[in-house]
Amino acid sequence: MSTLVAAAVLVAQEAEGEEPSPLFPHLSELIVGLVAFALLFFFLSRTVWPMFERTYAERTAAIEGGIKRAQEAQAEAQRALEQYRAQLADARGEAARIREDAKTQGAAILAEMRRSAQADADRIVERAHTQVAAEREQVVRSLRAEVGTLATELAERVVGESLADDARAQRVVERFLAELEASEAAGPDGARPGAREA
Amino acid sequence: MNAWRTVAMSEEFHAPGPGDFDYPPLFGWFTKPMLIVVLGTLVVGAFFYFASRRASIVPGKLQFAAEGFYGFVRNQIAADAIGREGIKYVPYLATLLAFLVALNISGIIPPLQFPATSKIAIPLFLAVISWVIYNYVGIRRQGFGGYFTNMMFPSGVPPLIYPLLAPIEFLSTVVFRPVTLTLRLTFNMFAGHLVLLLCILGGEFLLLHVRGLVGFSAGAVAILFGIVMTFFEGFIQLLQAYVFVLLSAIYIGGALTHDH
Repeated sequence: MSTLVAAAVLVAQEAEGEEPSPLFPHLSELIVGLVAFALLFFFLSRTVWPMFERTYAERTAAIEGGIKRAQEAQAEAQRALEQYRAQLADARGEAARIREDAKTQGAAILAEMRRSAQADADRIVERAHTQVAAEREQVVRSLRAEVGTLATELAERVVGESLADDARAQRVVERFLAELEASEAAGPDGARPGAREA
Repeated sequence: MNAWRTVAMSEEFHAPGPGDFDYPPLFGWFTKPMLIVVLGTLVVGAFFYFASRRASIVPGKLQFAAEGFYGFVRNQIAADAIGREGIKYVPYLATLLAFLVALNISGIIPPLQFPATSKIAIPLFLAVISWVIYNYVGIRRQGFGGYFTNMMFPSGVPPLIYPLLAPIEFLSTVVFRPVTLTLRLTFNMFAGHLVLLLCILGGEFLLLHVRGLVGFSAGAVAILFGIVMTFFEGFIQLLQAYVFVLLSAIYIGGALTHDH
């Protein structure tokens, strides 16, 4: 209110033609100021402010786009990392499985080989046994035939030499045995028991 | 003029007064305040024109400064005082702030050294523009009756207060707001310029005409104080430009919303 009173006083002073009142607007200044402000407003509103508003929006879009791209890149990197980890885990599992397989396979091969070797050995031993038995059979058979013949021959000689002289008979037996031993040295080992039996 | 007067009348000091705000015409009816208005307008227009001529997403220094100014009006003043609708009024508020800053700060720019806004005509027509805008948007938004009803009888107030409140609110909105806008700016600039004149002219008088120990020491203090006051005035000039724009924005924001 006091300012209004002061204004009234100053206007009154102006009217009296004393000091020019600072409260009295000069029409020419009013017009110049209004025109200048109006021109400035229309100029800036036409050219500058829309430009700023546009760059503002573009920058916001660019920043948001940048953030979005960065987020996408991060997600991509995360995916790649997970994929890599999964692949690594797969590879580790695969390696472990291969090692396990190899171990079991090796054991199986070893067991197989051992079994086949055992079978071979068994077969060879079996064949040897069979052969020995067959040879023994053959020898026994041939000895039996020979011992029979020998015994018959010996008996004939003993009887033909006349059994009067013990000493002679003893000699005959000795000779027989020597012959037998000689033939034995030439022939197979199993002859003696056969000869004894005969 | 005043300096000339002090030199001519060496034995007597004339304190600066309202007369120092009346300049003789430079030519015809064109005075120094008008020259400052024209220069300030050209400088503001040229600054923003060159700042925005090659506007890009990554701004240069000039564009950065101009956009900082625009962004300040847009995001600090308009967004806070008006809200989301404030963007519509940013062109007016930004132009207003630039215009006022230029015409205020001319008070401490050496060759001009006169705040054009201390001439009441300038703040007056700007206050009238703000007054027209906020009353117009208020009436358009709330209707003629609604605008004045909401203004004079705000909700949340005991009805007993209304006889007292209604005329105060009416006078405040319709009369006092433009008057206070005008007078606050005009006389802040007026008083600031007067203080600077007093310090500098008084100091000059003391140094040149009083002389002696008292004259030189007091004159030196007065001149130094004048320099300090110049910086202070710069601050006041920026602050008053901001206050004028902020209040205009608040009035517009208030007219757009029902409850105050």
